[in-house]
Amino acid sequence: MLYFSKLKIICIYSLIIFLSYFTILNFLSPNYKFSNKKINLGLDLQGGSYLLLEVDSNPIVVQKIQNKFSNLKKYFKNQNIKFKNIKIENNQIQFELKDSSMDSFITDFSDKKDNLLNNYLDQYKAFEFDYKIDNNKVYINYSKFGIIEIKNSTIDQALEIVRRRIDEVGTNEPNILKRGNERILVELPGLDDPERIKNLLGKTANLSFRFITDQDSTDFGSEKMFFEDGSEEAIVSKRIILSGDNLIDAKPRMDNQTNQTVVSFSMDRLGTKKFAKATISGVGKRLAIILDNKIISAPVIREAITGGNGQISGNFTFQSATDLALLLRSGALPAPLSIIEERTVGPDLGKDSIDAGTIALIIGFILVNLFMLLRYRLFGLIADLTLVVNLFLLVGILTIFEATLTLPGIAGIILTVGMAVDANVLIFERIKEEIKVEKNNLIAFDGGYKRARTAVLDANITTLIAAAILFFFGSGPVKGFAITLGIGIISTLFSVFYFARHLTSIYVSKNKDKTITL
Amino acid sequence: MLNLKSDIPFTNYFRIFNIISLILILISLGSIFYKGLNFGVDFKGGTLIELRVDNNEIRISEVREAFLKMNLGDVNVKKFGKEGDYLIKFEKTKSNDENFIENIKDKLFKNMGVNFNFRRVENVGPKVSGELLRAGLIAIVLSLVAMLIYIWIRFEWQFSLGAIIALFHDVIITIGFFSILEFEINLSIIAAVLTIVGYSMNDTVVIFDRVRENLKKYTSKKIDEISNLSINETLSRTIITSSTTLLALLSIFFFGGTILHGFSFAMILGVIFGTYSSIFIANPILIKLKVNQKSVLKED
Repeated sequence: MLYFSKLKIICIYSLIIFLSYFTILNFLSPNYKFSNKKINLGLDLQGGSYLLLEVDSNPIVVQKIQNKFSNLKKYFKNQNIKFKNIKIENNQIQFELKDSSMDSFITDFSDKKDNLLNNYLDQYKAFEFDYKIDNNKVYINYSKFGIIEIKNSTIDQALEIVRRRIDEVGTNEPNILKRGNERILVELPGLDDPERIKNLLGKTANLSFRFITDQDSTDFGSEKMFFEDGSEEAIVSKRIILSGDNLIDAKPRMDNQTNQTVVSFSMDRLGTKKFAKATISGVGKRLAIILDNKIISAPVIREAITGGNGQISGNFTFQSATDLALLLRSGALPAPLSIIEERTVGPDLGKDSIDAGTIALIIGFILVNLFMLLRYRLFGLIADLTLVVNLFLLVGILTIFEATLTLPGIAGIILTVGMAVDANVLIFERIKEEIKVEKNNLIAFDGGYKRARTAVLDANITTLIAAAILFFFGSGPVKGFAITLGIGIISTLFSVFYFARHLTSIYVSKNKDKTITL
Repeated sequence: MLNLKSDIPFTNYFRIFNIISLILILISLGSIFYKGLNFGVDFKGGTLIELRVDNNEIRISEVREAFLKMNLGDVNVKKFGKEGDYLIKFEKTKSNDENFIENIKDKLFKNMGVNFNFRRVENVGPKVSGELLRAGLIAIVLSLVAMLIYIWIRFEWQFSLGAIIALFHDVIITIGFFSILEFEINLSIIAAVLTIVGYSMNDTVVIFDRVRENLKKYTSKKIDEISNLSINETLSRTIITSSTTLLALLSIFFFGGTILHGFSFAMILGVIFGTYSSIFIANPILIKLKVNQKSVLKED
């Protein structure tokens, strides 16, 4: 165990130097670097916001069932199939068919090729809809995979919109990730006040322009809506003249005549045409501008607008106009998002945490080193040097992987300092016992290393298991703890079995014939 | 220093310490079941705000009153770290109001009339907190199972049983302490418990390793003698390792900032009980199960 070939020694020290280089990179100013690798600071250390958003795809399912409902009716008409009592109940379409037409319906409904009525989803080998027949009654509802398909497409669209909105605000290196098929994780490092982004993400931003009618609200083609400030209500037509999809740009602007902040927008070709047509015939009527089912304003149309440009007035501050323009530019969310988890750390607390963590690390390191020095003298020095190398290896590995360091992660490093010496202690204690019965130092030391090895491995594997489980089940900062603890074990084993053993072997071979006391 | 040439008759104290441990476990379980645990927002859902007030004249009662006026449900205000720092917890999450935190800031400024700074805001909805709690429990159970499997592979069943009972002892007493002292259980406490599981196992395994070695070495000695000898032989290592680990943990506890207090406190308890249990819980079980030379020779 004490013999090292030249090649092995070169390998050991090259690896140590290589990893130490990456450790040192973290402390150099950016200009000196040959590599940009650096440990990332977690949100709890640099300050920032962590938001977990959940997409509610239920409204989309309701809407799609509604569409399917009309499609089915059309299909029956085209095929001359008589149907009875068709209705939607609990997101399920029900109707009755005669026996004679049942078979042809089922054949059409369960056709795997180009089925417009019931899409066959190749990737899941399943249909979009399931059907159930009870006597003459047919029940149709979304299959498990149909729902998954909706959720997947909804989350992808939502992710895109969320990304656009956050990019528009222009924060530092945001991290936006999909979590499963109904959640989006947003990390915004360095953001002091997440309120604005939360506000922007919380809005669906469904914009529509519709006429205000005087008709009774019980009328089928219109509905009652409130103004944004809650002051008034109005009856608006359900017919949408122009929606947010037709806008190509939007900007906040000062209106020269009224000195008010407005949002000006321009429309695409189709939108321009539709808007022109509606405003030509609608001069004198009030046009309601509706955002997320609330009326922003409802100006009277004075003249036809045919140029494809318009503006939205309302009770805007410059900030709220900027935000509305941003929302219109980045598009509407397919479904409402809600923030189900938020963790925000201010930058000053982050800095305090770094300071406290660093001080605790330094003090813990000094205490442990002093303890080992007092206990083992020269071998304590070996253990202390091993600990230094261990830390360089640990930080070096973290840097190569550009791992994220969190406050619990720093705690993991400090804990590693405390527990890492255990390996050397186990070995030294064993050598002590061996020396008592074996006069030859070389044999005694060799035996010590050999016999202590299983105990050292056992001791470290148990901690490694705990760290691995924590890594898979932990979230955020706690994951950072699992990472440093786990990598700490690997660096400990390497530093003890290669670096410390090499130092020890040099010492023993020089003092072969002396009495060594530990 | 600490050059222990020990020959302490540990086996003589097994009975008394086992009784003490049993009492501690009963008290812990009693407290966990009757008093319950003080779950933080991670597991209970709700909102946590760490607040720093610039003006030192503000009293904690004023902060509490300002929050109580806002109808946020059950509000808990306490001092946290430095003067002027408070930790406020309440049940209510934002529901659908995206300006929730902003509104609280406005109202707080009106009520107290001083400058303040939200240093940290955590807001966990009921669905997420339920999931986090479940994941935490699964992680603890899984770590115990993983340890059981590991030690089963490495040792004979008597040893596995001893080590696992020692683990349960440590975990129950640590959580029991948190229940009795009403300390908050959050995500970092789960991390601490898992690390304790690893540490306690590690300590037990080192002694068991020696027990097995000695059983093979001294073919005529009985298990209680072997156990005693093995504990004494490894005692120096046990003390040094727990000392350095405790030094590191104490340093986190005293200097690492208020956020890490719960974590380091749990770990300190865990290391103390883990060290204690590997001597006074795991070993008596070997004796109770009448482990002898045959039990370890069979598998070789």
